Amino acid sequence: MTTFLRVSDLTVKAKDNFILDGISFELEKGKVLGLIGESGAGKSTLALAAIGYLKPGLEISSGSVVLDDNDLTIASDSALRQLRQSKVAYVAQSAAASFNPFFRLGYQVTELVILSGFIEKSDRYKVATDLFARLQLPSPKVFARKYPHQASGGQLQRAMIAMALLNDPDLIVFDEPTTALDVTTQLDVLSVIRQVVAEQGCAALYVSHDLAVVSQMCDSILVLRHGKMVEMNATRSIIDQPQDSYTRSLVAHRKVGDFLTDTPQADDAPLISAENITLGYGKVQIVPNASIALNENEILAIVGESGSGKTTVARAIAGLLEPWSGTIKLRGTTLQGNVDNRSQNHRQHIQFIHQLPDVALNPRQTIRTALMRPLQVFKGLDGAALNTRLNALMDEVELPRDLLGRYPGALSGGQKQRVCIARCLAAEPDLLICDEVTAALDPLVEDSILALLWRLKEEHRMAIIFITHNLGVTRRFAHSVTIMEHGKIVESGPTAQIFADPQQAYTCRLLASEPSTDAGWINARELSGATGPRKHRHDSL
Amino acid sequence: MITRKNIGVLTSLIILAILGFCAIAAPLVSPFSPQEIVANPFQEPNGEFLLGADSIGRDLLSRTIYALRYTLGISLAVTLIACLFGTTLAITAALKGGWIDIILGRTVDAIMAIPQIIFALIALAAAGVSLWSLIAIMTVLEATLFYRILRASAGDIAAMDYIEISRLRGDSLSWNVFHEILPNLAPTLIAEFGMRFAFASLFISSLSFLGVGIQPPSADLGALVRENVLAISIGRFSPLAPAICIAVIAVSTNSVVDWFIRKYSIRGELS
Repeated sequence: MTTFLRVSDLTVKAKDNFILDGISFELEKGKVLGLIGESGAGKSTLALAAIGYLKPGLEISSGSVVLDDNDLTIASDSALRQLRQSKVAYVAQSAAASFNPFFRLGYQVTELVILSGFIEKSDRYKVATDLFARLQLPSPKVFARKYPHQASGGQLQRAMIAMALLNDPDLIVFDEPTTALDVTTQLDVLSVIRQVVAEQGCAALYVSHDLAVVSQMCDSILVLRHGKMVEMNATRSIIDQPQDSYTRSLVAHRKVGDFLTDTPQADDAPLISAENITLGYGKVQIVPNASIALNENEILAIVGESGSGKTTVARAIAGLLEPWSGTIKLRGTTLQGNVDNRSQNHRQHIQFIHQLPDVALNPRQTIRTALMRPLQVFKGLDGAALNTRLNALMDEVELPRDLLGRYPGALSGGQKQRVCIARCLAAEPDLLICDEVTAALDPLVEDSILALLWRLKEEHRMAIIFITHNLGVTRRFAHSVTIMEHGKIVESGPTAQIFADPQQAYTCRLLASEPSTDAGWINARELSGATGPRKHRHDSL
Repeated sequence: MITRKNIGVLTSLIILAILGFCAIAAPLVSPFSPQEIVANPFQEPNGEFLLGADSIGRDLLSRTIYALRYTLGISLAVTLIACLFGTTLAITAALKGGWIDIILGRTVDAIMAIPQIIFALIALAAAGVSLWSLIAIMTVLEATLFYRILRASAGDIAAMDYIEISRLRGDSLSWNVFHEILPNLAPTLIAEFGMRFAFASLFISSLSFLGVGIQPPSADLGALVRENVLAISIGRFSPLAPAICIAVIAVSTNSVVDWFIRKYSIRGELS
């Protein structure tokens, strides 16, 4: 097979900053190349450059992109448009945000091929229906007539893949196509992508920050960091014998051993317990009759997919959502349902960390103000004592002290999350509620935040409720786990026991869907029937 | 540094500064007393009376300078008080929600449903015309506009996680209003303040032109236009001077506001 895409010494700049620095690779038809790296590594820029597109403000300063004998860096706009109509396709990260809410899916999906004259207007819904059927979307005829808001995230992502297939492309770029999806839905979409690439025989670029996913999807992997090529090799070589130290740490991340070194004592009286709480927003009931409890110094993970009610439970314990019924107790004392009515002592002992540090820190307050406030409110500190404590807090979360004078905008995502942790720590809580605190972070940063949380828990003897959809993290980090689906608690118990011997069908399916870097993982899932139309039951409206 | 881009806003700032200075230092800069009859009725402009005299022989330049005091002073007072009340209520409503939000919102709707000038005419007829009733009525009307804009922006900010953190900490309402939300509203607030100031000066001018604003023998710019409107029929341009002043204030303020919005709304925040 001959080379279809050749990128040589590609350098892309934004003003004076290098976004991509001397990247070279080749890709044949029928092969999938994975582009992996942390956010800001330049992987999306590279993938888009491969189909002749640069975001505004970027320019190619040297190198070439040759697609099927056309050099895209010197091609005219009309030539590029011609090429994009017939040879390449792009699948964006968030299908939900990429579809126009005003048009039916069958109409939108066929827009390009009608523009380029591949099919007749009168055939558009028929063509779309056939294609949706091929991608195993439920009742394709009805689906083609749906508007985007009537379909689920996983369905929209498949519809977008359908759109990419219509012009019979020779190269498809997948830009984090499953990042926004739940694990069980992700497995479906991954399986569709594999099927499509195999049938079409096209080349594909697969952008992701998830090494496990990439290792299942791709023939070879290119590791990017700060716009530079770190390493490129066949998938198994990258996974089994990484050469570069950065690649090694990426691979090792998946193999990090347990944090768990202790088992918290099972006291008679739990630190916090929620007994038969029923929760809802407005008139809609979200969580019926749930009970959870955890002991001092214990980490409890609440695991579930989006919409399972895990965050709702956490918010109720924090007092942000008043339960319809049931009680929440801290050390045997019943807490008020609404945080506004709780005593200052109770407020101090339950602290909450949000998912997105960007909106959890006031952009117009310095880090000093953000950390000072809980010290003043809960501890009544001022003057020299306050300053000493501020510095100590920064040391504890391993941030340089001179960041105190900065605004959140000047900090990285990981640093901001550390500030949020320090802000909770300032109150010296008994219970820390972490709502998907690492979901927005790169894998290596995630590891460092987990290690920090673990150390702080050991030093300060806090209990942690850890809300997550990430099973890998749960396995390594939590003493016990509660699995939720559609607002109900499916199963709960010690982590090791649940993972080794799940009792419920949903738990089994969830555990089976978690991507792994093991060779043949996805093949085994497909053979065992873990993917496919069966699951669309709760996927459709 | 003067560039083609900022020449307009610099000119506007200089004009506003000169007008402001004249208003503050009126006794020093005006050649005559505004009430004194110093010339012949409808005296033509000459070296001594730069803008000529009005129908009973008072110096028009002096009267215009003193009128600036009223127009700028009332506009500034009205805008400041309206801004204070409108903003505080808007943030409180955004934070508290519930019935406070509903009552404030519907009241503002009701007031805004009536055309401003008609509302003011009726209210002034009922309350009687005085400097204080003028300021009070204009303040209420301007405050509704502040409320409307800032309630929307504050609503977006009140939904942020850091406001939730503040709630979890048991912070007071005043901490929330002044430390968590207000700093984030600053760009909107400053732009809106300038805009409302320009409209307040137009509003007081309109009321005075209609005869229900500043009463003789005092006069603001609108009242001056009204006093001298007869002069046009005998071929004088004296009413144009205060009218041009009104226009210059409105245009200059708008140009400064536009510059500010352009500068900060692109990034959405003050740096």
